[in-house]
Amino acid sequence: MSDNGKPRFGMYWASSCGGCEISVLNIHDKLLVVDEVFDVVFWPCAADFKYEDVRGYPDGYIDLCLFNGAIRNTENEEMARLLRRKSKVLVAFGSCAYEGCIPALSNLTSKADTLQAVYLNSPSTENPSGILPQPRTSVPEGELEIPEFYHTVKSLGQVVPVDYTIPGCPPEPHQIWAVLETVVAALKGQADLPPAGSIIGAGQTAVCEECPLTKNEKTVRRFYRPWEVKPEPGLCLLEQGLVCMGPATRGGCGALCPQVGMGCRGCYGPLDGVEDQGARMLTALASVVEAGRPGMDEHTLEKEIEAVMDTIADPAGTFYRFSMAHSILKRARVNGNGGKPGLQSGSGE
Amino acid sequence: MSKERIGVYVCHCGSNIAGVVDVAEVARWASEALQDDGVVVARDYKFMCSSLGQELIEADIREQGLTRVVVAACSPHLHEHTFRKATERGGLNPYLCEMVSIREQVSWVHTDRHKATEKAKALVAGGVERVVHHEPLEPIRVPINEATLVVGGGIAGIQAALEIADSGYPVYLVEREPSIGGHMAQFDKTFPTLDCAACILTPKMVSVGDHPNITLLTWSEVEQVDGYVGNFEVTIRKKARYVNEELCTGCGICEEKCPKRVIDNVYEAGLGYRKAVYRPFPQAVPKYPVIDTKNCIYFERGKCKACQIFCPTKAIDFEQEDQIIQVKVGNIILATGYDLFDARRIPQLGYGRLANVFTSLEFERMCNAAGPTNGEIVLRDGVTKPQSVAIIHCVGSRDRNYNNYCSVICCMSSLKFAHLVKERTGAEVYNFYIDMRTAFKDYDEFYQKVLSEGTHFIRGRVAEVTDAARLPGEEGKLIVQCEDTFIGKQRRIPVDMVILSAGLEPRRDAKEVAKKFGISCSADSWFIEKHPKLDPVATMTEGIFIAGACQGPKDIPASVSQGAAAAARVLSHIQQKELSLEPVRASVIEEKCSGCRICNGLCPFNAIIFHEDRRVTEINPALCQGCGTCVAACPSGAITGTQFSNEQVLAQLEGLLKIPVNGSSARLPEPELA
Repeated sequence: MSDNGKPRFGMYWASSCGGCEISVLNIHDKLLVVDEVFDVVFWPCAADFKYEDVRGYPDGYIDLCLFNGAIRNTENEEMARLLRRKSKVLVAFGSCAYEGCIPALSNLTSKADTLQAVYLNSPSTENPSGILPQPRTSVPEGELEIPEFYHTVKSLGQVVPVDYTIPGCPPEPHQIWAVLETVVAALKGQADLPPAGSIIGAGQTAVCEECPLTKNEKTVRRFYRPWEVKPEPGLCLLEQGLVCMGPATRGGCGALCPQVGMGCRGCYGPLDGVEDQGARMLTALASVVEAGRPGMDEHTLEKEIEAVMDTIADPAGTFYRFSMAHSILKRARVNGNGGKPGLQSGSGE
Repeated sequence: MSKERIGVYVCHCGSNIAGVVDVAEVARWASEALQDDGVVVARDYKFMCSSLGQELIEADIREQGLTRVVVAACSPHLHEHTFRKATERGGLNPYLCEMVSIREQVSWVHTDRHKATEKAKALVAGGVERVVHHEPLEPIRVPINEATLVVGGGIAGIQAALEIADSGYPVYLVEREPSIGGHMAQFDKTFPTLDCAACILTPKMVSVGDHPNITLLTWSEVEQVDGYVGNFEVTIRKKARYVNEELCTGCGICEEKCPKRVIDNVYEAGLGYRKAVYRPFPQAVPKYPVIDTKNCIYFERGKCKACQIFCPTKAIDFEQEDQIIQVKVGNIILATGYDLFDARRIPQLGYGRLANVFTSLEFERMCNAAGPTNGEIVLRDGVTKPQSVAIIHCVGSRDRNYNNYCSVICCMSSLKFAHLVKERTGAEVYNFYIDMRTAFKDYDEFYQKVLSEGTHFIRGRVAEVTDAARLPGEEGKLIVQCEDTFIGKQRRIPVDMVILSAGLEPRRDAKEVAKKFGISCSADSWFIEKHPKLDPVATMTEGIFIAGACQGPKDIPASVSQGAAAAARVLSHIQQKELSLEPVRASVIEEKCSGCRICNGLCPFNAIIFHEDRRVTEINPALCQGCGTCVAACPSGAITGTQFSNEQVLAQLEGLLKIPVNGSSARLPEPELA
């Protein structure tokens, strides 16, 4: 607590798009309540603080720190470790911090390929001399240093212990507010904090529970991309062949996407007890795919099944859009060394 | 450190396992390397399944305070029950025992001793990690309805129905033809004793018809089966006979007066005629005829009614409609029999094209004293006795173009045909065979008897039956072209008559029937038994049994044995009044179910129910067989399978991967930062 009796609040933005910060601002006039209740001691996006300020704080100085973004480079990791030390309650805020989200999809490729795509091959890039970011550069004034870019994107929880997780890409404002209310009540001794390690600001059942679309027994003969069909209103999108991650995704968002004809993207992550959200969804879809006819020989049947599954564009990006860092796939092998330990090119080249 | 105290028992299985796996090393290793996982004792023993082996486990549970047991031996299919019982006798819940297969999965499939031993260790480690997550389970108890449904009124179904009914329990016998009797009722003599089929079958048929405990539903078919062992609800369609069974006396006047003659493709195998109102044969049970509406003049043109006019008891009722009957039964026996291979599918053998080529079933009818020729063996013209007859074995059997399997009965019935031809016509008989298969009691003696009667046996496959004469003496004859493998030459044998011993095939609708009753079919479509040796009449679905040729080709004695065996299994269920079902079941955690309905159409046993009002799915534990399909499919982890929970399976994988394989861990590295 600060001298004025207010709990100290911090928020930080690591490897992420910034949407999580906007989402906090989206609690609108309740933001004034946050300012009233908390003493903001670190929030680079909203107020002027320096890393040096944080380094100067005693350990455990910050009562509540919302950390959004994945761990992608040395700066992210350094800040994760620093804020862990300085915070009493560290919250993985949003999908990147929780399970890697979009940045972690780059685990499907190598660091070199990522840099190539961004700095050399992207059509909008003009880089005739082929300059790539260097951690250290000598200039007449001395040596410049920028954070080192990692091979593998990790979630916050894979780097430091986190106390709670608020899922979502981004978390829904009403859920953020509900969490803040609970924390405030707890700090005033009016409520208990949720059990350590739990996922807060989200539901306990899948998105389908909140989704008003009519669900029937399902069979899918082929899948469509959203632009290929106009979904029939009121009917479960999955039944219409639109990939909807709703059944495999934690609810709490209010099923916003499926209600406007866009299949759930899966941003709230898996449900309790599910090891791998993408694999879960794949097995579920595989169970309802209808291909071939009874009595068909296995080879032809296999081809038919493949043809149906081929109608899913970018399966890894679809089923692991948010959960790559946490998945049992872990990451693509690099250097073709068969994934043997110690040989992975982990030197930060 | 695990909170459990685990005992590991490694079986030698004589030399079955110990011949390939260093079992002592596996036990030694488990007692050291798996200490942190809770292993407090690990032993190897010659035969863990022996009473001494089991006592080892029991004693350790008591003396060492074990809380979990892992047995590394054969497949759980064989001895899981044994070791669960031993675990229970030791004082633990039987489901706290886990079996690891190091015989089927290791010693029988590997030769490298070192690698096999390492693999056995990995499997044991998986079992140890897994068993920690086992939970004590209690069997599910369900009451058993005393009534039984028998589907199919051939000899297997008749035997099963009589056994159960004689024991004092009600039986519903459903048969889709107008009469019971099945294929056996079409035969003349039976091998090897040559007693008349009708003489031994009809008394049994009469017993079924008269039995106070048997409700006979002929001209009926099962439409739907709901429920589970002990509590099936069966919907049966009793097709309209257009004959009032209350009034009909079975006098046969309607048949006599009916002006419409129809070729009888079923009972007479196309060799004879019946009327549009008919009983398949005079001894039919029940005695009531049926009207064949496709051929009846009244149903075709609205005129005639000869049967109705002449019926002395006014039993003909053209207004009769199909009846839907619901029955509740505890067990079901399927004895749906076989179809004969259609010999037209082998055009080079000439059936359907050359008049004097007959199928085995046609010949059976021809020999039958009550058949279309009054038992005379004659050519298609109905008068000429053949001077020479060829009998071709394995038609449609043991032939990769048709059916790979042996149809079992054809050698013996072909020998019987040879004997009957000799006896009744004195003709020269040629049997064309691949291998002579005369196993079982008195069968080979019969073969020797036929040999001594002067029948010619030619070992070789027949290439063709033709009427195109090429050599002197072939004019007006059927020529059988074949290879005689004993003399290594092609031969042409001119004959007057050819009999094709057609193979046995699964019923055309076997797959649909299997689906209706929730059992499985082989690739050929024979029904699959629970265990080919040790449980031949049960199926993987509790309470559904199979008997006779629906399970695979078999002769009359085998079908009767299976009918009786299935009845014995059913009676054992009934006597127990209540059955314990394996508690290995899937269940829905209702608070976690979002009602997405992914699982709803997946259950092969129809155990999944969706509650529209609460929008949640439920699994009926009595119907569920624990197959795990829905558990795997549930995208939100709301369905768990006891004994196959995610925790158990993942823990087992962790254990398996813990063991270094060839020096390096098979486990993938954690992603490194940087």
